[in-house]
Amino acid sequence: MHKKIIIGAASILLSLSAAAEIETPSKYNLTQGVTDTSQQVYDLHMIILYICIVIGIVVFGAMFYSIINHRKSKGAVAAQFHESTKVEIIWTVIPFVILIAMAIPATSVLIDMEDSSKSDITIKITGSQWKWHYQYFDHDFGFYSLLTTPQQQIQNYSHSTNIEPKGENYLLEVDRELVLPIGKKIRFLITADDVIHSWWVPAFAVKQDANPGFINEAWTRINEPGIYRGQCAELCGKDHGFMPIVVRVLEQKDYDIWLQQQLQQVASAKKAAEQALASTLTMAESMTLGEQVYLTRCAACHQVNGAGIPGAFPALKGSAIALGDITKHIDIVANGKPASAMQAFSKQLTAKELAAVVTYERNAWGNDTGDVVQVTNVNLTEAK
Amino acid sequence: MNTATTTQGSHDSRGHDSSEHDSGEHHDQNAHDHKPKGIMRWILTTNHKDIGTLYLCFSFLMFLIGGAMAMIIRAELYQPGLQIVEPNFFNQMTTVHGLIMVFGAVMPAFTGLANWMIPMMIGAPDMALPRMNNWSFWILPMAFAILLSSLFMEGGGPNFGWTFYAPLSTTYSPPSTALFVFAIHIMGISSILGAINVVVTIINMRAPGMTYMKMPLFVWTWLITAFLLIAVMPVLAATVTMVLTDKFFGTSFFAAAGGGDPVLFQHIFWFFGHPEVYIMILPSFGIVSAIIPTFSRKKLFGYSSMVYATASIAILSFTVWAHHMFTTGMPVAAELFFMYCTMLISVPTGVKVFNWVATMWRGSLTFETPMLFAIAFIILFTIGGFSGLMLAITPADFQYHDTYFVVAHFHYVLVTGAIFSIMAAAYYWLPKWTGNMYDERLGKIHFWASLISVNVLFFPMHFLGLAGMPRRVPDYALQFADFNQLVSIGGFAFGLSQLIFLVVVVKCARGGEKAPAKPWEGAEGLEWDMPSPAPYHSHTTPPVIK
Repeated sequence: MHKKIIIGAASILLSLSAAAEIETPSKYNLTQGVTDTSQQVYDLHMIILYICIVIGIVVFGAMFYSIINHRKSKGAVAAQFHESTKVEIIWTVIPFVILIAMAIPATSVLIDMEDSSKSDITIKITGSQWKWHYQYFDHDFGFYSLLTTPQQQIQNYSHSTNIEPKGENYLLEVDRELVLPIGKKIRFLITADDVIHSWWVPAFAVKQDANPGFINEAWTRINEPGIYRGQCAELCGKDHGFMPIVVRVLEQKDYDIWLQQQLQQVASAKKAAEQALASTLTMAESMTLGEQVYLTRCAACHQVNGAGIPGAFPALKGSAIALGDITKHIDIVANGKPASAMQAFSKQLTAKELAAVVTYERNAWGNDTGDVVQVTNVNLTEAK
Repeated sequence: MNTATTTQGSHDSRGHDSSEHDSGEHHDQNAHDHKPKGIMRWILTTNHKDIGTLYLCFSFLMFLIGGAMAMIIRAELYQPGLQIVEPNFFNQMTTVHGLIMVFGAVMPAFTGLANWMIPMMIGAPDMALPRMNNWSFWILPMAFAILLSSLFMEGGGPNFGWTFYAPLSTTYSPPSTALFVFAIHIMGISSILGAINVVVTIINMRAPGMTYMKMPLFVWTWLITAFLLIAVMPVLAATVTMVLTDKFFGTSFFAAAGGGDPVLFQHIFWFFGHPEVYIMILPSFGIVSAIIPTFSRKKLFGYSSMVYATASIAILSFTVWAHHMFTTGMPVAAELFFMYCTMLISVPTGVKVFNWVATMWRGSLTFETPMLFAIAFIILFTIGGFSGLMLAITPADFQYHDTYFVVAHFHYVLVTGAIFSIMAAAYYWLPKWTGNMYDERLGKIHFWASLISVNVLFFPMHFLGLAGMPRRVPDYALQFADFNQLVSIGGFAFGLSQLIFLVVVVKCARGGEKAPAKPWEGAEGLEWDMPSPAPYHSHTTPPVIK
């Protein structure tokens, strides 16, 4: 009887959920997403939710019946029964059967989710404090993706100045989106440079930890073109809340056009880098470019005013490195400092940007060394 | 009858140092109850009731401090943007809030209740190891002083989450991590000593006739909890030690560059962490199993199945740890194993809930404050159990993991679970502890204020998580704004409601209507055979168990 009610109610609710399949991103519920997997995950979510609701109604129903009818103030006299092996067995076995029924579809979805074989495209995703890097394995190019929400929108402290109203995609917007085609099986190879991050796009039902030194796999096949947003899901330090993921999904032909543009850009950037080697940077030019680079890449830790955060991130203002030997300064910016949060920026910046930011650090905030670092000074140890 | 024997026994103890009592004290042995006056009474005490009181007061203090940190978190999250604290400080608040609530509020409260109640419930005069008991309490305030002082160090306190995943807690952590490690070690030692004391007391000091299957469920659940503590606290100690050596002594347990593995950290941590979850809930089951029969005026339904269910939960709790780690990239076989085991653990938990409902069924119910908290416990803990079952479904967990859905889940089981049961216990036994009845009207106000605000606080978090808000972020996208505001309002209201509890307890301790030996009509157990307030030494002559 008990069991019949549960199964009956569950099947009614399930058919209701199937009928209510209208695509609107919910504020209350999990997204159905844009992949077959995300739809299957949503279905599992709804089945288990309904099972819980039905069990809840039965259990709490019995309890409230008791609370209302078996109260002393209504003259209820306590019954004497206090054990029944039969009843204990029944309410051990019924949940067990329900759970087995639930485990079967969950198992098949899980096995499918973990099978990333026979993929068409491979993207390597690398998390680092606090940005994502996307490498297109099949075409040998890649780029970083950084938050673009300006600090004037984020910082609303009582001492903040120039507060701007928040934009529509506040905290969920980046300078370069990951671009993917529809209908292809895309394999993600996910790793990290420093701490553990987690790459999560709810619309694909993909959440996979990025572990430093290890590579995890995940995959997706997207059905609908569009822009999908996600966030880092694993606490990764101070700006964990500020490393969004934006994926632009295109029709295959648009994707091919985009890919050609990217390959051309890579070629022209290479040419620009060669030209930069021969050119000479002026102080003014370096300071302007350097400040831009500093604000996007360095200020999160070393702070806009170069003062750092005592005990966590060292100050650059008046620091021995920024005022001392230029080669050492370039080396630490280009190659990072092992076993610390200082990253190797030679992979992230062009030689020109690197030279400019070093110049900026040596001349800003009263670090008046007067040094102008040239591209030729930047001895990149790692080929880009 | 028991009553006559125990009352006689406690009279004896007032006159003379009884032979069963540890007579190695250096202080005045002939004074009334032979205890020193003033502060030294509390520092030197080896009395299970005094130590229980110390634990409970300390735990409430920590509850307020950890709660104040939660208020800072909710104030920052009241609206999108950064308004009050810097992200780095926000991370310190989430970290220390978690550590204080787990190790400072919930665990010491249960140890306090164990100290007060276990000797009284099993017919023993005191805990088996009274001097160790003193020490296991007094190192706790030192541990928390160290932990809290780290917040004022240069670079700040721990900011890597209470789960302190490496390498964020090693290479990338502030220098104060050494203090964090040391504090956790001391808390761990305190827990292990407390647990050993409970085990030794229960095994050796039961009154004649108090067989294992006659013990109150609170004693049973604590016995099992104590074994869990002894099993897993050393694992936590090992984890923090490896964090310490990785950070300061150049080892590479958790660093791939040196042949280690950051995921190894998570396996070791959660091998401690999941039994720890049950450490924080099994004694609650014991409390609720005492209160529900009392106010239903009916024997607990299925006593023996409750004992077996508790033991099954404890054993299974060692086989589910990696369900916290489904997104770390485990092999699919491991994911399936941990999914099945996690689903399985809901069966004995369900049995407990069914037994409580069956106990209430056709009882004669009244709704004093302890009963209200116990009923709220059953319902809200079960809701936390439901979301736990949902989280067990691995494919769905990929969506839920590290979102506010998880935050909602574990606050339902820990706040409306563990903490509500502690509140229920406090109201239930306050007349026995103080000899006075608490203010029932204020108690009910406290209950209803807590019940409403706690649901405004935690229920919308389910929606936030499902809609995609990650946990441990100081700022969020605009679509999460209105629920966060609601959650914060619930948070402030819940925080303020707990001050009512403080008023009730202080009022009750200072006076009020005198409580009879057995203030609750339906109560059963040896503690109700003793006068209220309970004499300084419990059963100095073993009671007779029928």
